[in-house]
Amino acid sequence: MAQINLKGLRKSFGSVEVIHGIDLEIRKGEFMVFVGPSGCGKSTLLRLIAGLEEISAGDLEFDEKRVNNDVPAKRGIAMVFQSYALYPHMSVYDNMAFGMKLAKSNPGEIKERVHNAAKMLQIDHLMDRKPKQLSGGQRQRVAIGRAIVRDPRVFLFDEPLSNLDAALRVATRLEIAKLHQNMKDVTMIYVTHDQVEAMTLADRICVLRDGLVEQVGTPDELYEKPASVFVAGFIGSPKMNLLQGAFSHDFDCTTVGIRPEHIEIQTDGAAKWRGKVVHTENLGSDSFIFVDIGHTEPVIVRQIGSHRIPVGTEIGISPIDQHIHRFDENDQIIG
Amino acid sequence: MKYYVQETCFYLLVLIIVIASVFPFYYAIITSFKAGTALFEVDYLPTSFNLANYAEVFASPNFIRSIFNSVFIASATVGFAMFLAITASYALARVRFQGRGLLLMTILAVSMFPQIAVLAGLFELVRFLGIFNKPWAMILSYTIFTLPFTVWVLTTFMRDLPMEIEEAAIVDGATPWQIITKVFLPLLWPALVTTGLLAFIGAWNEFLFALTFTASDTQRTVPVAIALLSGSSEFETPWGMLMAASVIVTVPLIILVLIFQKKIVAGLTAGGVKG
Repeated sequence: MAQINLKGLRKSFGSVEVIHGIDLEIRKGEFMVFVGPSGCGKSTLLRLIAGLEEISAGDLEFDEKRVNNDVPAKRGIAMVFQSYALYPHMSVYDNMAFGMKLAKSNPGEIKERVHNAAKMLQIDHLMDRKPKQLSGGQRQRVAIGRAIVRDPRVFLFDEPLSNLDAALRVATRLEIAKLHQNMKDVTMIYVTHDQVEAMTLADRICVLRDGLVEQVGTPDELYEKPASVFVAGFIGSPKMNLLQGAFSHDFDCTTVGIRPEHIEIQTDGAAKWRGKVVHTENLGSDSFIFVDIGHTEPVIVRQIGSHRIPVGTEIGISPIDQHIHRFDENDQIIG
Repeated sequence: MKYYVQETCFYLLVLIIVIASVFPFYYAIITSFKAGTALFEVDYLPTSFNLANYAEVFASPNFIRSIFNSVFIASATVGFAMFLAITASYALARVRFQGRGLLLMTILAVSMFPQIAVLAGLFELVRFLGIFNKPWAMILSYTIFTLPFTVWVLTTFMRDLPMEIEEAAIVDGATPWQIITKVFLPLLWPALVTTGLLAFIGAWNEFLFALTFTASDTQRTVPVAIALLSGSSEFETPWGMLMAASVIVTVPLIILVLIFQKKIVAGLTAGGVKG
């Protein structure tokens, strides 16, 4: 329900500045994902918004009201932590009701809200259990339930899936997406280092690097029009092929980027690059072919369906012209 | 074969340790049931069951009073020490402030002073506060001597509690006091019971301060009262009464340990608080 404005937000720990002035607007009801490599400041930024860290400089506004000095509970936020952070000595019910009990809400209302949240997350049969009697996935649901019960304006997720195994991660991801659909007017901010989570969940993604915003945009925008070499390399799996030196000079730029699916294998002599196949990964639905064309890293080519090309085969490959990304000497996009 | 030798040696060692630690108390018990000259005979098995010594102890003026003094002083000491230690260790473990490390080291340094070194200064303090010959004199001095240990132990335990649990409570709107009482205390129970029990035992057994800060027999604590028990003449040590009194004052401690035994074991085994 809240529109969040970050204006020149800075954070220093002692003499070390980790967030170097971030301007960002997060719209009402938006699912915003902060993504970046570890140490980029994404978690710190989330904690600044939550109020768990003090803001060193700049303004943080919720619905055009400055909240820099408000305690977390006053900001109307709820947070889901990476390690779940459930109270070990309380039952699932008490974990979820704790915030409302502290706020001295009416007991009938507490009961109703906790039960509604539990039903929504299908944990209503676990209400009397203690956290240690729950599986990882159940614990994470309780943590999400605790956040829902608070009826927040802003929902904050700090890498909520990183402690779950792969299968559970996909299932929980789906549930978070559903949650966002059910709570349309709640703004959600989600921190992750996993670009797949970012791409699948986000309305908009904010890519952070070394305490600065690298690019903000919808998943499609970031995928199709990365503003810098960093974003180009970070978004997408497998990585975009980034070529320098003689390879990029052909395209009149310092770095040229081309996604694996935008390279064609050419059997005639008109191929742009030629090289030997050094490795293939066959996933059934598609295959990744690693071709050594003399660059420091092999070029990855994606082919739909199952393709078995023996290692050592010499093939010709060409990028599709309209999908080429060109970057200048400052690693910024050209054009 | 080797296995049996090892097992035998192990249990033999256990037996020796148990005997060494239990024997003095056992001997006090069997002696306390003896009367007359039988007291001076060395027996390793109970020879008589005579409650005369116990009757005499309870009949002696002020002995029951001194037990109540001790209970009050030890309980109050535990209460004050726990309150101060919990709040102090929360600050030392969780609040970032200048000179935190120095403060922790100072607290540790305080506990290095021998009792006798601070006795004179403490005596002046007690006089200044006007609590000489009152239970508060002991409560004050025991609290001072218990706190360093209690604070250190609780600070270590509190540091091990996951930061995120505290942050979750902050997001839920808990004040620092609510975090301590509603979230941390239940998790710290084993540590609290262990340190509290040690503080209680320390205060219960303390002798030097109790002797120095009291003047009248009605204000004595148990250890002093026992030491001052006298026989029919100045030259007679009333061994029977001493033994009976020693047994009587040990019983409350044993009961306390038995009550909290489960919590103590829980504290020793369930180290982490995995959420």
